[in-house]
Amino acid sequence: METQPILEVSDLHKHFPLARGVWGTLTRMPCRTVRAVDGVSFCVEQREILALVGESGSGKTTVGMNVLGLQQPTQGHVCFDGVDVAEWVHGRGVSVESNAQLSGVSRRRRVMILRERAQMIFQDPYESLNPRQKIFDIVAEPLEIHRLTASREEKAERVRLALETCGLAPADHFWSRFPAELSGGQRQRVAIAGALVLEPRLLVADEPVSMLDVSIRAEILNLLHTLRRERGITILYTTHDLATAGFFTDRMAVMYLGRIVELGPTAAVLSEPRHPYTRALISVIPAPNPRRRRKRQILQGEIPNAIDIPPGCRFHPRCPMAVEACRVSDPPLREVAPGHRVACHLA
Amino acid sequence: MAILDVRNLSVDYLAGECALHAVEGVSFRLEQGRSLGLVGESGCGKTTVMMALLRLLPQEGRIVDGQVVFDGRDLLQMTEAEMRRVRWCEMSMVFQGAMNALNPVRTVESQIVEVLLLHDAVDRPRAARRRAGELLEMVGIPAQRGRQYPHQYSGGMRQRAVIAMALACNPRVLIADEPTTALDVMIQAQILELLERLQAELNLSLIVVTHDLGMVAELCDDVLVMYGGMIAEYASGDELFNMPQHPYTRRLLEAFPDVEAPGSTLASIPGNPPRLDALPPGCRFEPRCDFEGRTAACGQEAPLPVEVSPGHLVACHWARRNL
Ligand SMILES: Nc1ncnc2c1ncn2[C@@H]1O[C@H](COP(=O)(O)OP(=O)(O)OP(=O)(O)O)[C@@H](O)[C@H]1O
Ligand SMILES: Nc1ncnc2c1ncn2[C@@H]1O[C@H](COP(=O)(O)OP(=O)(O)OP(=O)(O)O)[C@@H](O)[C@H]1O
Ligand code: SF4
Ligand SMILES: [Mg+2]
Ligand SMILES: [Mg+2]
Repeated sequence: METQPILEVSDLHKHFPLARGVWGTLTRMPCRTVRAVDGVSFCVEQREILALVGESGSGKTTVGMNVLGLQQPTQGHVCFDGVDVAEWVHGRGVSVESNAQLSGVSRRRRVMILRERAQMIFQDPYESLNPRQKIFDIVAEPLEIHRLTASREEKAERVRLALETCGLAPADHFWSRFPAELSGGQRQRVAIAGALVLEPRLLVADEPVSMLDVSIRAEILNLLHTLRRERGITILYTTHDLATAGFFTDRMAVMYLGRIVELGPTAAVLSEPRHPYTRALISVIPAPNPRRRRKRQILQGEIPNAIDIPPGCRFHPRCPMAVEACRVSDPPLREVAPGHRVACHLA
Repeated sequence: MAILDVRNLSVDYLAGECALHAVEGVSFRLEQGRSLGLVGESGCGKTTVMMALLRLLPQEGRIVDGQVVFDGRDLLQMTEAEMRRVRWCEMSMVFQGAMNALNPVRTVESQIVEVLLLHDAVDRPRAARRRAGELLEMVGIPAQRGRQYPHQYSGGMRQRAVIAMALACNPRVLIADEPTTALDVMIQAQILELLERLQAELNLSLIVVTHDLGMVAELCDDVLVMYGGMIAEYASGDELFNMPQHPYTRRLLEAFPDVEAPGSTLASIPGNPPRLDALPPGCRFEPRCDFEGRTAACGQEAPLPVEVSPGHLVACHWARRNL
């Protein structure tokens, strides 16, 4: 079966210039930049769940923002539904002109179309909902903005469907409440319902469970899994927790300092990790049983900041296996097994 | 003899006219040099128990029952002056979120020095600074970085610094409340290893409060699982993880993702923990319990903990009946 990937990210860079300050400007210090995302490429097929894992500061959120056109790439492209997202949002280009639904449409309308097709859910269920809005209004808001519903009944129906899909059933039991009256898991469900009400094809779930208790995490992850199965939604799931990513994603991309260092089928990455960083990450996942305590391979120090990226392999200062070549040349992402790619000289 | 023996501890929070029973009848023992994990969902009363041990509950908190026997003496009967000697010098705590509560305008070293001088651990500022340096080195921070301010530290370093501070006066018991929450996986592993090492080197008795079962499995000899302010299950780590008896513990273990045995679904525990102002009349887990061994008593009476095997306590009607 030949299908076009729903999302194609190619050589994506996102750099943020740092303010130099008065002294810096006067002394003409070179302008420094944060290389938050520094050459990332991957595809996501329709109905696929791709995990983007990495420690804090590795650039996961920045990738998500660029995928949704909330930021403009410094270099490289994001193609969603065959259209370059930056062109989609910011101006005209070949990919927009040649698209039947987008050409000749106002910018405002084009952005709306993008939002209808791709949505994001955020990490913090306590902050992402307006505390003064009732649940119904929170979920209905995107419909209002997009003027998507004809009648009140239709709106109520769509809100009900979104809430009930997310396990908040019966919907009328919940929708006249305020966020403060719900538990953390229920709030995250409301946030997901708000993202689903427009029936998007792509969902960027940015650490949707890291703030939640273990007992509730499972329900949210199972919900994402069900959404894919029943609605064919494509999901980009970002997290720093390999264990949750392990159980419900199809493929996994491991990020380090703005790059993907390993990418492959989730089962293969977890059972035969090839990159030293992935291996270390896996070795520190606690086993839920004292009889299975393993040797942890703890990396010392912390992920360097994205301003002073080490030369050569960016992981070499913390890598237990580094050889001379690692200090001088930057290893490309190479295929080591079908569909399994690794950026390491020794892989 | 156990260094710490908590018996039947109960704590209420006064909210207007009514008293909320946040903790009821919690008991556990901690031997010198051993470690205990206190686990449970958010709001189940973990921090409340620890604050009660140190008699640091907020104003509206009341210890309504129980004993906290530390080294043969009941802390609840001590005067406030005696208690002040116990805190920091005998039993010390790394508070939940403390790494974000360091004083931003003072150097890390001076904050440790203050603790040392305040509790007469050393008598001269010079000796205090030397000791502060040693403490920082002990937790893996170069001593000279003590002269920096908290904002110049990463999250992991700030957590190390508050651990160093808690150890300043050589306590015998260290309580760490959520020491790894909100830290990155690799930093979590570093902190875990640090606690493991400190415990062995200093022969500390350690209480780790967390909702992360994995951390407990890695670090603790014994585990106390709390639910809705009460003990659900209390056992050695080995028994708890391999022979869990309480339906809540079982569910919790099933909900924990295991990378070595990934499946396509993960069990969840539908429903929410009980609210303190609407506690169920029977077992506090009853509204969420779908265990087939449930009994009629579950909805009516709170089950008392029973010893199902030596040192393994379970508060569940089913476990009691199956004895
Ligand atoms: N708007 C911005 N301006 C400057 N720097 C930024 C900006 N957004 C992100 N960064 C920097 O880019 C890097 C990557 O950030 P990003 O938020 O994408 O990481 P992340 O992997 O999502 O991390 P986390 O797990 O903490 O959410 C970080 O060093 C961050 O400080
Ligand atoms: N000062 C207070 N007044 C009234 N109720 C309180 C007060 N402090 C805590 N509570 C309530 O007591 C219960 C136990 O709180 P506690 O902080 O001990 O829980 P916890 O297990 O430490 O949770 P977490 O994992 O979120 O830290 C909660 O229901 C909480 O809402
Ligand atoms: S390329 Fe070298 S430094 Fe980089 S991960 Fe591989 S072995 Fe380590
Ligand atoms: Mg992020
Ligand atoms: Mg707490």
